[in-house]
Amino acid sequence: MPRGSFRGGIHPPENKSSTSGLPIVAAQRPSKVVVLLNMGTGSALSSLVAKGDLVHKGQKIADPIGRFGVPSHSPVSGKVAAIGAVRTGLGTMDQAITIEPDGQDTLDESCVPVENADSLSPAEIVSIIREAGIVGMGGAQFPTHVKLTLPPNAKVDALLINGAECEPYLTADHRLMVERPEDVVRGTRILMKAIGVDRAVIGVEDNKPDAVEALQRAIASAAAAGTIDVVAVRTHYPQGSEKHLIKSVLGREVAPGCLPFSVGVVVNNVGTAVAVADRFDRGLPLIERVVTVTGSGVANPANIMMKVGTSAIELIEQCGGFVGDPGKIIFGGPMMGAAVPSAEAPTTRGTSGILVLDRAESRSFEPMPCIRCGRCVELCPMRLEPALLHQWSEARLWSEAEAYHALDCIECGVCSYECPSRRNLVQAIKYAKAEIGARRRAARERGDK
Amino acid sequence: MNGLSALLSLGALGLIFGLSLGVAAKKFAVERDPRVDEILAVLPGANCGACGYPGCSGLADAVVAGSAPVDACPVGKAPVAARVAEIMGVKLDSSAEPKYARVMCLGDRARAVELFEYRGIRDCRAAQLVGGGAKGCTYGCLGLGSCVNACQFGAMSMGDDGLPKVDDDLCTGCGKCVAACPRGIVQLRAKKDSVNVMCQSHARGPEVKKVCSIGCIGCGICAKNCPEKAITMVDSLAVIDNSKCTRCGICIAKCPAKCIIDYAKIEPALPVGAGCENLASCRGGEGGSQAAS
Repeated sequence: MPRGSFRGGIHPPENKSSTSGLPIVAAQRPSKVVVLLNMGTGSALSSLVAKGDLVHKGQKIADPIGRFGVPSHSPVSGKVAAIGAVRTGLGTMDQAITIEPDGQDTLDESCVPVENADSLSPAEIVSIIREAGIVGMGGAQFPTHVKLTLPPNAKVDALLINGAECEPYLTADHRLMVERPEDVVRGTRILMKAIGVDRAVIGVEDNKPDAVEALQRAIASAAAAGTIDVVAVRTHYPQGSEKHLIKSVLGREVAPGCLPFSVGVVVNNVGTAVAVADRFDRGLPLIERVVTVTGSGVANPANIMMKVGTSAIELIEQCGGFVGDPGKIIFGGPMMGAAVPSAEAPTTRGTSGILVLDRAESRSFEPMPCIRCGRCVELCPMRLEPALLHQWSEARLWSEAEAYHALDCIECGVCSYECPSRRNLVQAIKYAKAEIGARRRAARERGDK
Repeated sequence: MNGLSALLSLGALGLIFGLSLGVAAKKFAVERDPRVDEILAVLPGANCGACGYPGCSGLADAVVAGSAPVDACPVGKAPVAARVAEIMGVKLDSSAEPKYARVMCLGDRARAVELFEYRGIRDCRAAQLVGGGAKGCTYGCLGLGSCVNACQFGAMSMGDDGLPKVDDDLCTGCGKCVAACPRGIVQLRAKKDSVNVMCQSHARGPEVKKVCSIGCIGCGICAKNCPEKAITMVDSLAVIDNSKCTRCGICIAKCPAKCIIDYAKIEPALPVGAGCENLASCRGGEGGSQAAS
């Protein structure tokens, strides 16, 4: 196996050309922003504001209740119009703060750059990152400070910055690397300090040579050569999965059920690095992100620097609205992204793309019986047996699904993409994972009593 | 000569093994309570696991060991409980009433809005993970039949309106459907507790109206008019305390959303087809549940 690659995976049509050359544009002022009081990872936040309050841009408006959460900040200045249940992109009804912007974008006084960034201790850096509401920008929204807080016995020697962006259609990270490579390098250096390593590698798929070049120039001008490297890895899905990128770039394999620090690595997205740089150099918490609005159902695809919480439809309208007969709106990419129940769905810190597919393109097929061809087994990048897991899931045999490592599935979608019988493999495995998780929680609760 | 010696030696071996087996059977005989087999003969034998024990023999062992009550079989109900009590020589408290599955949602295809077209696995629990299910109401029945699939007795079927129907003649009250429903819509009720608010939505009135024309809007008119004070409003949802309810029907008449129903007064969901002596025998015949529905 060549360096820069891994076993399994596929190379779906990239469909990136419609936006990969387009500079990031500023978003139009949203009519409202919706800040969710649920992190998506199950941790809730409690609101610090009340209906009618005036808030500034960057003001902290919600604090996490659990350890795994991060605070939320107002992306705009304006008035709190409502605090109540809204329908999220996941289809659930969750509590959220709705803010009507006043158009002034008055910055909160708490938003000041960190003066003495170079003299801070790792713990101080981690706490600033937590307070800035920074989460993994690749889509999972896992709180960055948790990743950076390593167990005492962990030996970490490298930081890996994930610039693979292997999902088709998406170009948000690509544009960030091309347009703001200095900020990627700056954020990388702060993250290196936070975990105490003197080596970082930025992994970029080799379909983005301009990004590799821009990063190399930025590293040279920041006099970081030798400590920060850029590695072009093979363009192959799911290269952006952290375990696979570690394998491709560093040649290390993370054991099932283990986290990257078990092989001495911490992985963060390029978007996260830029968010860190924004906090330290410009004083801005995580209230904006780049989103690629694209697909056959959008008139003028674009990369937009949006306020987190803007509704999908407003961003689509900024791109000239729908064309043809739109059939599906997906938050994220086509492989792992989730179709949203309504165009009104609010974006989150993890929304890397808004993909609008034409109705003909988004058609689905009736699943046929498994023909035992083994394609899913051959291509699964996690070396699982999706067809078997599907069987266990269908028969509701959760302990068998667990024994066949359902929980190791990264839900990349390769099996469903390649299945000639069009079986809903990933959904069946996701279902099994949810049931196994529920069973474990129930067992834990029984044990506690 | 050879034949004879073979016959003799094998015969002798057989005799020795037979004798030793016989002695072992007597000497190491396991004492077995005869009541276990008696109870096992009385139990339905479906091995459904609804009692919480591994099959009927597991329950029989537990009853004899004293760790399960004599009426632990939810399938056999009172008749089986009476016979088990007889075997165990205990007196049965006969006040417990059998319960039946009730689907506490009236949001069928015509009345409840669906937000999108769901094309995934035909299972409510799986659908719930995808966009929270297609139904606009996050409390309503998803209509993919997880409860129907969970029923081991053919007592549930999916109606043409997208809501599951219960056949009381076949329902054993085992509660498998209750556990299968991701939204807690299927609940067990005794026959006499027939007046219920057939809605689970805790959403506020305007939100309910947007997604369902027969959902409880939390107006509280039923609670105000109930002469027995049996109805309480819990977070925008009316809840009837069946123990206080006299089935006077005032709430049913007053409810503007028409979501309160007296189950005893509605038409049986699955009428007995022509040529069937009773529903159970009809179901047992060829064609299964299709024949009766």
